[in-house]
Amino acid sequence: MSAVAETGSHYDAGRITVIEPKRGWRALDLRELWDYRELLYFLIWRDVKIRYKQTAVGAAWVAVQPALTALIFTVVLGHYAKLHSNIPYMLLTLSAFIPWLLFANALTASTKSIVENQALVTKVYVPRVLIPLAPVLAGLVDMLVGFVVLAAAMVWYGTVPSWHIVFLPFFMLFAVVASVAVTFWLSALNVKYRDVQYGIPFLQQAWFFATPVAYSAAIFPLSIRPWIGLNPMAGVVQGFRWTLFGNGVAQVGHLMLLSFGVTAVLLVLGLEYFRRVERSFADVV
Amino acid sequence: MSSDAVIAAEGVGKRYRLGERESYAALRDVIAAAVTAPIRRAREGRVPRPEIWALDDVSFGLGRGEVLGLIGANGAGKSTLLKVLSRITEPTKGRVVLRGRVGSLLEVGTGFHPELTGRENIMLNGTILGMRRAEIVRRFDEIVEFSGTEKFLDTPVKRYSSGMQVRLAFAVAAHLEPEILLVDEVLAVGDAEFQQKCLGKMRDVTREGRTIVFVSHNLAAVRALCPRALVLEKGRLVFDGATEDAVHRYLGHVSGEATPAVVEGERLRLHVAKERLYSDQPFFECTRISVLDDDGLPCSAFGSDEEIVIAVDYRVFRPIPALRLLVTLSDDNQVNVLRTETIDDPAADGPLRLEPGTYRSVVRLPRGLFGETELDLNVSLIAEVNQVVDYTAVATIEIRFAGHAGNMRGNAMLRPQLEWRTESADERAPTSA
Repeated sequence: MSAVAETGSHYDAGRITVIEPKRGWRALDLRELWDYRELLYFLIWRDVKIRYKQTAVGAAWVAVQPALTALIFTVVLGHYAKLHSNIPYMLLTLSAFIPWLLFANALTASTKSIVENQALVTKVYVPRVLIPLAPVLAGLVDMLVGFVVLAAAMVWYGTVPSWHIVFLPFFMLFAVVASVAVTFWLSALNVKYRDVQYGIPFLQQAWFFATPVAYSAAIFPLSIRPWIGLNPMAGVVQGFRWTLFGNGVAQVGHLMLLSFGVTAVLLVLGLEYFRRVERSFADVV
Repeated sequence: MSSDAVIAAEGVGKRYRLGERESYAALRDVIAAAVTAPIRRAREGRVPRPEIWALDDVSFGLGRGEVLGLIGANGAGKSTLLKVLSRITEPTKGRVVLRGRVGSLLEVGTGFHPELTGRENIMLNGTILGMRRAEIVRRFDEIVEFSGTEKFLDTPVKRYSSGMQVRLAFAVAAHLEPEILLVDEVLAVGDAEFQQKCLGKMRDVTREGRTIVFVSHNLAAVRALCPRALVLEKGRLVFDGATEDAVHRYLGHVSGEATPAVVEGERLRLHVAKERLYSDQPFFECTRISVLDDDGLPCSAFGSDEEIVIAVDYRVFRPIPALRLLVTLSDDNQVNVLRTETIDDPAADGPLRLEPGTYRSVVRLPRGLFGETELDLNVSLIAEVNQVVDYTAVATIEIRFAGHAGNMRGNAMLRPQLEWRTESADERAPTSA
């Protein structure tokens, strides 16, 4: 919508904005995004701030959620899953559940973000990509709390993390990117078709079982295993396990490469789709 | 348009397909439509979706420090224009160049969250409006003072009265410092006292040399704040000039006074609704438009049994390969009642090919056509060298119905004397519904 090349800073007096109909592919205006970084920060901050307002336990929910869920899985499924793993089932699940939670929350929050923030679309101009981005990034706060829970559990079980843990930030980024890639699609689609937001709980459930969260990817025969990487989240959770517990638990091989590839394609196309329909957001939402 | 214009809009158009804004679609409907559309298309031919131009070919320029009012009836396109200028919605056609930081206030309190405190909302809302964090912090006390909510800064906004919320929201907005400020109707909120305060603030802002586009139904506010105004009608720019004249134009016809039958010079310029002259030198200039009676004397009131003569005088400066003139008569709602063009005439043999010189084109509207009515005269000159001038409501033609065979009931725009035939229908088989 706005010119790309000639645009100066959002805050810059000499800024020239050209408004004209744009067609076809267009590059993401990174400079504009940079200018709006403070807004992104405030949107994230708002999401974090209001999430647990007026709850009795407040922010403690962030810790309770993954802990309780992992506990339930351990009680219900732990016995069956034990065979495939040489580390405690609780840790296996918790390590996968932390990135999964980021993704699942992103699905629910980001998908409806444009619709819920209508005023940001119809009453003012802000780069629209920030709107679904903020809830995903807000999930990082939960993730950090999740790590504290995980660390406590590892101490409890006496498990020492592998040296791979230095790659953890990379896989956190991967979790964010995979979530963003999917939510660009869903949030944009939801503007036009509200069906999407009603379908999310089912999508989330199906995706959960398709992702090796409550089980280990090792239950798949070696010949099939790389192909579950078609699901970006499979790559993410396996990556988390690999960084935390080493090669014995998860390998970063073809599965991971496939996951990266699928995520990259989803992201590029999703962003393009988002930017294409973004033009009519204000008219349609 | 001068190159140092802070806002330069050229031929801006925004099309909406009807129904697009109505509601979101259900996926089911879209799938159903996708299945049935080819069948329907095969059966009925391609049916284009109805569309409207919420903005149609709007051009204007605004210099640094100018304060411009936008007036027009509901649905005239004021808000759409503002949304295009603020980049909220993309134009379908045309181009706008903005120089400087733009702040738009289409609503106060955008992004306000009820769970957040006053302090938090000031930061959030300020950032959404494009302020920098440091800037908000610097002006924080001023904002709080203006809003008069000091005591409740750390209370969630949901506990505020609606008046307090509006005051806080306006306070943030009022401290925005962009070069270009786009404002829509925000003064229509709050109690009378606060509205006065807002108006005062707006006046201060206009004195600071900011370029402002201001949309309002409140003509008094527009008069007080803006020396210049645009009038929009059905998406088209029909007037651009001094606010007093614009308000005059918006409020409709010169009520009371007899409308002049001959309009020329500066007065004629006031009626320009659209002017598109792509080269720096115009090919032609319209000098006079006259409404005349049978004897060639200026006249604006006619009996329906009199001929109405419309004459357009113009000068041609450079050879024009194809020129056509178009005359329409329209009612109060800008609905065309009559349309006639030079190229309609079979004897004219297409558009006019004109050498430099002065010309007069005349069309005679036959007697016995109209009922009791008042119609606005609109004239367009269209040269196929991409030069167009539209004049709207140049003159109002008043027509008194003169009666047909003693029947004086003339309550219709068109009231021609037509032939009636009545014959017995008895021999036909009786049919019942």
